[in-house]
Amino acid sequence: MVQVNLNKPQLKETTDLNQNVNMNSLVYDTKQLNLWYGNHHALKNIDLAIKENEVTAIIGPSGCGKSTYIKTLNRMVELVPSVKTSGQIIYRDRNIFDRDYNVEELRTRVGMVFQKPNPFPKSIFDNIAYGPRIHGIKNKKTLEEIVEKSLRGAAIWDEVKDRLNENAYGLSGGQQQRICIARALAIEPDVILMDEPTSALDPISTLKVEELVQELKENYSIIIVTHNMQQAARISDKTAFFLNGEVIEFDQTDTIFSTPSDKRTEDYISGRFG
Amino acid sequence: MRHIDHKNVVKRMGSRMLLNKTFKTIFFMATLFALLSLAILFYRIVSQGIGFISIDFFTNFGSRIPENAGIVAALVGSLWMMAVIAPVSLIIGVGSAIYLEEYAKKNKLNDFIRMNIANLAGVPSVVFGLLGLTIFVRALHLGNSILAAGFTMSLLILPVIIVASQEAIRAVPKELREASYGMGATKWQTISKVVLPSAIPGILTGGILALSRAIGETAPLVVIGIPVIIQFLPDNLLSQFTALPMQIFDWAKRPQEAFQSVAAAGIIVLMMFLLIMNSIAVVIRNKFQKRY
Repeated sequence: MVQVNLNKPQLKETTDLNQNVNMNSLVYDTKQLNLWYGNHHALKNIDLAIKENEVTAIIGPSGCGKSTYIKTLNRMVELVPSVKTSGQIIYRDRNIFDRDYNVEELRTRVGMVFQKPNPFPKSIFDNIAYGPRIHGIKNKKTLEEIVEKSLRGAAIWDEVKDRLNENAYGLSGGQQQRICIARALAIEPDVILMDEPTSALDPISTLKVEELVQELKENYSIIIVTHNMQQAARISDKTAFFLNGEVIEFDQTDTIFSTPSDKRTEDYISGRFG
Repeated sequence: MRHIDHKNVVKRMGSRMLLNKTFKTIFFMATLFALLSLAILFYRIVSQGIGFISIDFFTNFGSRIPENAGIVAALVGSLWMMAVIAPVSLIIGVGSAIYLEEYAKKNKLNDFIRMNIANLAGVPSVVFGLLGLTIFVRALHLGNSILAAGFTMSLLILPVIIVASQEAIRAVPKELREASYGMGATKWQTISKVVLPSAIPGILTGGILALSRAIGETAPLVVIGIPVIIQFLPDNLLSQFTALPMQIFDWAKRPQEAFQSVAAAGIIVLMMFLLIMNSIAVVIRNKFQKRY
């Protein structure tokens, strides 16, 4: 069954899907989310509705809970022991905290790119093929197709096509991060979560990743945590401002950066703290 | 106002440099001492025993006449014992390490278990011999067989293997696990495809060093009553057998001068055995490291 889906070009599939459903339907609807690390109340009554095919940026000073929030969206936060949550996160009509919701299934639909490029110490090919392989694809031809499509999707195919069997550690930091984006694309996700994906990169690599985010928006919903306010302003459609575990303001990016309604948002974006 | 007075700095420079040099010398002497004693030991053993190393030495059984004494029973016995120890200790040891590092929750009970495994590594080997005698030789009626000795030695080196494997597993970067989980991999897929491949060089290094220790241990074998004079080769796991350190121990305590040289020859064989094992460890480690 997986095979059949894969043979269809994914681009077309997603476009079809978009035409069938309302362009503005929600991918994630967070309702009254609270999260504690032990006794530390890290997220407080978060309400956030994230729309399809948009880039949603999450900004805020260090320790405001923005990384925690994005890691809650694919339940990666549960890798930390002593995490407790309450409230709901509805992903495509289902609460991800439901007892019978399989976290592996969720993470197959929601890809993630991390702060530090974290390729596996394997060849470039094996890095990209990792996801498809764990989901049961063995056919070499299919894997090759996925690898090429994902690397093209992450705008790095031309740079690495002749060295697919070389170790991914030999690439530069910026290239490694795009390999990680390609690796996330290879599981054919619906949403891509990016946790400060450019914080370890030089300006040129950052620019490439930012351009890539713009392209990926066509086919994926993207949620990106960033330290860099200019980056949020450049690439996102909506911006949420987090402070001390609360959402202070969530609006169109233009509005947030021109006429924020909350004083604290204004102070933060004008660089008065954080 | 300046706190660092340059004149004072210059004045103290000489004594600082002297102290610097003194410590360098102390550390160098320590290394030299270790290397030198090893070299002397090696020279003494080789010069004494090399005369007895011949093809006959490897094919003869023990004998009352030093010139006819051979090591075949002990060599083959040690190999048989190794064939029990390696799979038993590696499977149980790596399995426990994976459980403790990846599955066990962080609570007081598990911390207590972790701490005590590390402590077990320090228990004298003769105690493990008594344990083996009670459980394997007597309670399970295995007698002084290869199986009983192999199990006892496995118990002896298990803590070392567990601790080494735990450390190797812990050294795998958290980011790699996150990447795997983030793509929807299950815990077992993450362990088998990401954690173990990265941890295997460390696990093998620790494992083979522990196996070398098992090869050289004598006390547990004495306690469980491994015989010395064996005039046949073992043919199954319940056979009686003897092992290299037992044989060497027996030769060394005989009164005749010539047997001291036979013992030295036995030690050379044992050392070659260990050297080969350690080389295998290095080769395997490099092979795995190349792939990743």
